Amino acid sequence: MTFNRSDLGAGAIFIAIGLFFGVTTLLELDIGTARRMGPGFFPIMLSGILIALGLVIALKSVAHEEEPRGPLPWRGLVVLLSVPVIFGVLIRPLGMVPVLALTTFITSFASARMSLKAAVLLALGLTVFCVVVFNLGLGLPLRLFGPLVEPWTRPIFGVR
Amino acid sequence: MDLLANLGLGLSVALQPHNLMFAFLGCLLGTLIGVLPGIGPTATIAMLLPITMGLDPATSLIMLAGIYYGAQYGGSTTAILINLPGESSSAVTAIDGYQMARRGRAGVALATAALGSFFAGTVATVILVLFAPPLAKAALNFGSAEYFSLMVLGLIMAVALAHGSILKATAMIVVGLLFGLVGADLYSGAQRFSFGIPELADELNFVAVAVGVFGIAEILRNLENETDRDVMVKKVTNLWPSADDFRRMAAPVVRGTALGSILGVLPGGGAILASFASYSVEKKMSKTPEEFGHGAIEGVAGPESANNAGAQTSFIPMLTLGIPANPVMALMIGAMIIQGIVPGPNVVNQNPNLFWGLIASMWTGNLMLVLLNLPLIGLWVRLLTIPYYLLFPAIMAFAAIGIYSINSNPYDLYALALFGALGYTLVRFGCEPAPLLLGFILGPMLEEHLRRAMIISRGDPTVFVTRPISATLLALSVIVLVIVLLPSVRRKREEVFVEEE
Repeated sequence: MTFNRSDLGAGAIFIAIGLFFGVTTLLELDIGTARRMGPGFFPIMLSGILIALGLVIALKSVAHEEEPRGPLPWRGLVVLLSVPVIFGVLIRPLGMVPVLALTTFITSFASARMSLKAAVLLALGLTVFCVVVFNLGLGLPLRLFGPLVEPWTRPIFGVR
Repeated sequence: MDLLANLGLGLSVALQPHNLMFAFLGCLLGTLIGVLPGIGPTATIAMLLPITMGLDPATSLIMLAGIYYGAQYGGSTTAILINLPGESSSAVTAIDGYQMARRGRAGVALATAALGSFFAGTVATVILVLFAPPLAKAALNFGSAEYFSLMVLGLIMAVALAHGSILKATAMIVVGLLFGLVGADLYSGAQRFSFGIPELADELNFVAVAVGVFGIAEILRNLENETDRDVMVKKVTNLWPSADDFRRMAAPVVRGTALGSILGVLPGGGAILASFASYSVEKKMSKTPEEFGHGAIEGVAGPESANNAGAQTSFIPMLTLGIPANPVMALMIGAMIIQGIVPGPNVVNQNPNLFWGLIASMWTGNLMLVLLNLPLIGLWVRLLTIPYYLLFPAIMAFAAIGIYSINSNPYDLYALALFGALGYTLVRFGCEPAPLLLGFILGPMLEEHLRRAMIISRGDPTVFVTRPISATLLALSVIVLVIVLLPSVRRKREEVFVEEE
């Protein structure tokens, strides 16, 4: 028996999302009636539809051929999905400059073609560019150096 | 006359120096991302949205709109010169445009695309001026039932015109609708799906959702197989088309403009559908259809006019009804909301500066784009060869800063990673991301109008079919659904989208 794994996978994800929202709604929210809809009415309706669609998509995957796909970019996946998290965790304690330099440096290695030298240069260049454009130019309210590094940077850059 | 006065008001806004400057900046950025690989207008506009929050509403929307239609111009440059459409709406241009370039007529192809787009842009601007105000006026009578039915029609059209599987597209919309509900319930104030995390109490940040689903997923797709881009035409000369070229492109440009203007208003496809439709029309009408695929100038002139016209008329439902026809328009609506403007039929009365200024700026923007693209083509050619591994770290950095600067909320970045993962997985499983974003933006509005309509009708669901406008809209939705599911149409639809690959 053959499966179209894309359809099976998509169906499974839709069912999972539908279950997640559906179960949460049932546990936490008041569904109400059609006349006075509670906060749970619309979500439970949508979850039901999504689960049904997911089931149909998954069932239709049976006995369909698989279409060829490119290899998974593992490096890219790991790097690109962790970089926003790293940025989010460190931005408050470290501030924009160190975080930006660090995350850009890490991001560079999502590509197999990146060299160490190019990554360092890119990280430095991009950090300077972003400070000039976003901080000095557009005046976005982002702290350049967070409380964790400020004791060291204050003598050089002042309070930013 | 009212129209002239309105147009005058619009021009006076669009011609203010700082608006001209930001329109230029938008066009420049748009062309840039159209030319550069791996980043489209949706992700760019999403990333730049936070940065435009400090500008006044008209200026901010003028710049974002510039990015959108600028990307159409830039996308055709890459389509013609390296056979890689920078934007999906330029995919058809690559067929004959690239063949023209191979025969040493790259300059003529580029000029045809630019001039056709400019003509289409001008006509589409006039269409906006003529049709947007009456539509907005009609929409003022819409109640919640009508809005609900209108959104249902919009979403169904989006499914019908999406690529690939209808089932998957529908499911993507529902996923978007569900994620759009995270946060406080409008009527009861109850927290939904926020799991006691205060940072989720408002709602998911739509910029994070958009950049995740379009930006990160797109980068990952590009990393699947990294290749160098081969630019065949190093130097573009002979830009000006001959008299014969002009004669051959005239009719296709006019037909493309007409087609694009009509299709652009429809939700879902817009510019992309318009360019495909125009190509097949030109091929059918041509006396020499065998030339198509081998450098027929009609195959560049028609679709390029169509996609630009479509890009512009897709503003009509956004400006008059507050309903997005495509993901970029969804972001425009988001931009308005951030600026404190309620999207919908009142915009034309309450923010005439914004409404008319934006429309007028499309014309000045198109003029700038012709100037930007033709004389400066050498610069864009050089940009084509920037390696991708230098680009995506910059994209990620801008995305992170942009998203964090909205609320200084780290959870927005976690949402970015989550939606990047979800978006990429679903794209890999053959689902289109656009319906998800449309659903996400429309989710809260759809629910609000559904519930309000039901409260007003005292729980009587027939209200949706007894009010004539609402009933008509719902009937249209059913007709569209039936047509799309008809076996013959289904086969045809698959053919159209396969041709695109």
